[in-house]
Amino acid sequence: MPIWLELIVRVVAVVVAFLVLPLVVGQAEHKVMAHMQGRLGPMYAGAFHGWAQLVADGVKFVQKEDVAPGEADRRVFRLAPIVALFPYLLVLLAIPLGPNGLVAQALDVGLFFVLAVLGVGVLAVLMSAWASANKYSLLGGLRGAAQLLGYELPLVLAAASVAMAAGTLSLPGIVEAWNPWWLLWQAPAALVFFIAGLAEIRRPPFDMPIADSELVFGYMTEYTGLRFAFFLLAEYVGIVVIAALTTVLFLGGWHGPFADQLGWLWTLVKIFAVSFVIIWFRVSYPRLREDQLQRLCWLVLVPVALGQLVLTAVVKVIM
Amino acid sequence: MSDDGDRGLPGKGLVQGLAVTLKTMTKRSTTQQYPDVEPELPPRSRGVIALSEENCTVCMLCARECPDWCIYIDSHKEEVVVPGAARARQRNVLDRFDIDFSLCMYCGICIEVCPFDALHWTPEFEYAETDVLDLLHDKNRLGEWMRTVPPPPAHDVLGEPSKEEATAARKAAGPGAATAAKTARPAVKRPETGR
Repeated sequence: MPIWLELIVRVVAVVVAFLVLPLVVGQAEHKVMAHMQGRLGPMYAGAFHGWAQLVADGVKFVQKEDVAPGEADRRVFRLAPIVALFPYLLVLLAIPLGPNGLVAQALDVGLFFVLAVLGVGVLAVLMSAWASANKYSLLGGLRGAAQLLGYELPLVLAAASVAMAAGTLSLPGIVEAWNPWWLLWQAPAALVFFIAGLAEIRRPPFDMPIADSELVFGYMTEYTGLRFAFFLLAEYVGIVVIAALTTVLFLGGWHGPFADQLGWLWTLVKIFAVSFVIIWFRVSYPRLREDQLQRLCWLVLVPVALGQLVLTAVVKVIM
Repeated sequence: MSDDGDRGLPGKGLVQGLAVTLKTMTKRSTTQQYPDVEPELPPRSRGVIALSEENCTVCMLCARECPDWCIYIDSHKEEVVVPGAARARQRNVLDRFDIDFSLCMYCGICIEVCPFDALHWTPEFEYAETDVLDLLHDKNRLGEWMRTVPPPPAHDVLGEPSKEEATAARKAAGPGAATAAKTARPAVKRPETGR
């Protein structure tokens, strides 16, 4: 295969995954959340159990007027949704789906790259918050910035623990080195990573920056139409990305029976399982207060992650 | 995470929360698919009032008892010549029987007071209108609802027999056996000598 063709195939595959997986997860959220609340959820769009609900939503958003407030900083305001969405697309590039190089772009510093790119998200929050010229947006954005900066630390520490255990920063390399025993050994790191990841994508119970009962809709208050849809899409892609990273780092990615042929399926199954847990958390738990949010981060997650680092190092040296 | 210190293991509440939502997910949801699936209404549902015109004698009891005054009745008298009778009888003929469902509060008093079973509840409820004036149902419209009146519920086998049944049973048993039928309804004392 010529290099350019391979490149196109890889990029198209990632873009398709980028567009399809979030919709599947979003639809699952509609239905799972509804049934957990004793409802049915969407039933009409697409005739069969509302499978096309998100497509219909997309069409609706496209038709809406794109309004920018008069006082807004237009260029930053318009750029923010793209900045929110784009890092996740880049992260998907580096996530391995199966063994034998089934990854869009195998990077030696994959983990480093992924964490660095995920950190751009805070920029989008601040951009949209400041450019909206709205007090609720600003409050939400500042809450978001405090939350994202705080939770970045346990996230990186937990990921560093896995990198130490595997002895590599490459994501396929980490999955290659993974062993079922790690489920126990890296369990605290997995928990910390998952919780910090939830906070990173601002999912309930960590949706303090959005807090619709206090801040209207946080930093997204002034957005309409397609740009608002981009923010929503970014939320769903965020679920996929955090679920995928948890899968790859802690749940052994493609490992499972018949991993050589069905590795990609195992990865997808695990991603969807973790996504289900993320949705489940949203339905079950109320939103954390701002001070509880920071307490959890600095007094629980960071110490646990540091302890895990020590544990990983000790086990690594002994063995 | 220090809020749940006084009830057992830390994080117990978190697990319980997850369990509740998971359990709810596995149960059937309570949502009714109303426009697609007809609702199963309980017996004696109060949807709309039906009029059996031939039972009505224009006694006006319903219109008088109606708390909202939402029943409008007009009638005239007709002479009916009965062969063999000394003079022609008079009979009330219903000209107009309207119920204004924009005023009706579905108390059912009109149905209760009707001595001749001319008014009935039906469970039909889909008669919303875009114009409030169309909620005034005339006697034809009220008559059409008669098709939807459910049959009366079966008599409770353990309950007291109805007045009519008890009377018929006493008559059938003859004057001597009246005491046997009276045991069912000891309070009622009625001179029931065979006429």
